[in-house]
Amino acid sequence: MTLRAPPLSAVHQRADASFTDFGGWEMPVEFESIRTEHEAVRSEAGKFDVSHMGQITVAGPDAATLTQRLTTNDVTVLDPGEAQYGAITDEDGIMLDDTVVYRLPEGAADEFLFIPNAGHDGEMTERWLSERDERGLDATVTNRTEEYAMIAVQGPDAPDLLAAETAVSLADLSRFEVADGAVAGVDSLIAQTGYTGERGFEILCPPDEAEAVWGALECQPCGLGARDTLRLEMGFLLSGQEFHPVDEPRTPYEAGIGWTVKLDTEFVGRDALEGIAADGPEEKLIGIELIDRGVPRHGYDVTTPDGEPIGHITSGTMSPTLGAPIALAYVPAAYAQPDESVRVVVRGEPKKARTRSTPFLDR
Amino acid sequence: MSFDVPDDLRYLESHEWVRVSGDTAEVGITAFAQDELGDVVFVELPEEGAELTAGEDFGVVESIKAVSDVYAPVSGTVTAVNDRLRDEPELLNEDPFGDGWMLEVEIADESDELLSPAAYRDQIE
Repeated sequence: MTLRAPPLSAVHQRADASFTDFGGWEMPVEFESIRTEHEAVRSEAGKFDVSHMGQITVAGPDAATLTQRLTTNDVTVLDPGEAQYGAITDEDGIMLDDTVVYRLPEGAADEFLFIPNAGHDGEMTERWLSERDERGLDATVTNRTEEYAMIAVQGPDAPDLLAAETAVSLADLSRFEVADGAVAGVDSLIAQTGYTGERGFEILCPPDEAEAVWGALECQPCGLGARDTLRLEMGFLLSGQEFHPVDEPRTPYEAGIGWTVKLDTEFVGRDALEGIAADGPEEKLIGIELIDRGVPRHGYDVTTPDGEPIGHITSGTMSPTLGAPIALAYVPAAYAQPDESVRVVVRGEPKKARTRSTPFLDR
Repeated sequence: MSFDVPDDLRYLESHEWVRVSGDTAEVGITAFAQDELGDVVFVELPEEGAELTAGEDFGVVESIKAVSDVYAPVSGTVTAVNDRLRDEPELLNEDPFGDGWMLEVEIADESDELLSPAAYRDQIE
């Protein structure tokens, strides 16, 4: 398989980034060092090339009906220029993806734009098209992943950095709002969204002009390594780790995003989720902090202090901000509360740990 | 990028270095290795008195992004462990051939696989 490359690939190569395969894309994983990049975002600002994220638009009279059918949140509450987080579930309520759905600003050719995870754009376009055809809905679904570059600028200094390059009033742009506007002279969509827990923006622009936007935002370039440690400190989900239809089949309730499920709307998976909502999920995602030395990693077992297996780590790292080893893990609901004493098995050695609520940081 | 490969050391293909003086050896990982790993956050080493076997793993280095075994360039008995690495694992990044040393070993035997500085330089270039 040939890896897809982001439009800024050559720019990152010149910056001496190291690369990794992520969701079928060859993406920069590290520019300076994960710690340096992480700290820049928490204290100043950093920029990320997230062009591996998918972009799918939905237009036409039934655009809202179709998108409502396939996402757990209620898209009908969105006014033009507003966005929401939601899950995409199958008939059993199992998460296939998580996504941000944007209702595009007035005057846009398409009504909705949603962002599936890297490598999911083809499958999600098919999903929307087949649901449309099955229901006889009037909507145009277009996979525009190759038509957009996506650049995130995140951190306390992000508003000032972006304000210097756009006429859009960022003070009037609330969290999860999106506006049309030029950035460094390039027609873009500017959304106040992100994956770091810091104030910040995600900018969608044409790939052949992305270099102007990237270059104008003068701050630390950051790779997927720092993106992962930043999101993990916030307890945000990563597709393929905290949920995967085959390797980690989970409902939004298990994954801790039950708040995105609106059971008063009609969507694929709703009936199954209604049953689970009534009883509560058997297992839940919880934060874990190691007390002993060691680094928790994906797949490590979690046990009781007596050594009885109760779950496994989905993501873990040494938190650069806290200087402590942190992780996310699925455990039985009885353990899914803060300050339970557990063990994480690191190379055969049980390490003392305790459960924590997420986010690990106050933001 | 070119990495420091001191001429007074010998190397393993798996990126460990050994500094032999008489019958003792100092052991660590190379500048190239620490750069590949990125920010080192945890080092697991044997205790004083432990026996090493040349070519076998004796410890673990974890960076934010990766876990890596460390292999013994010599067989012998561990006579000193760099305790600073416990609280300052970043010494491996900052000074891999100096303050980031890992173990001192009383040599019983050397690995057959030790590379000269020139041979190791060829490998990483």
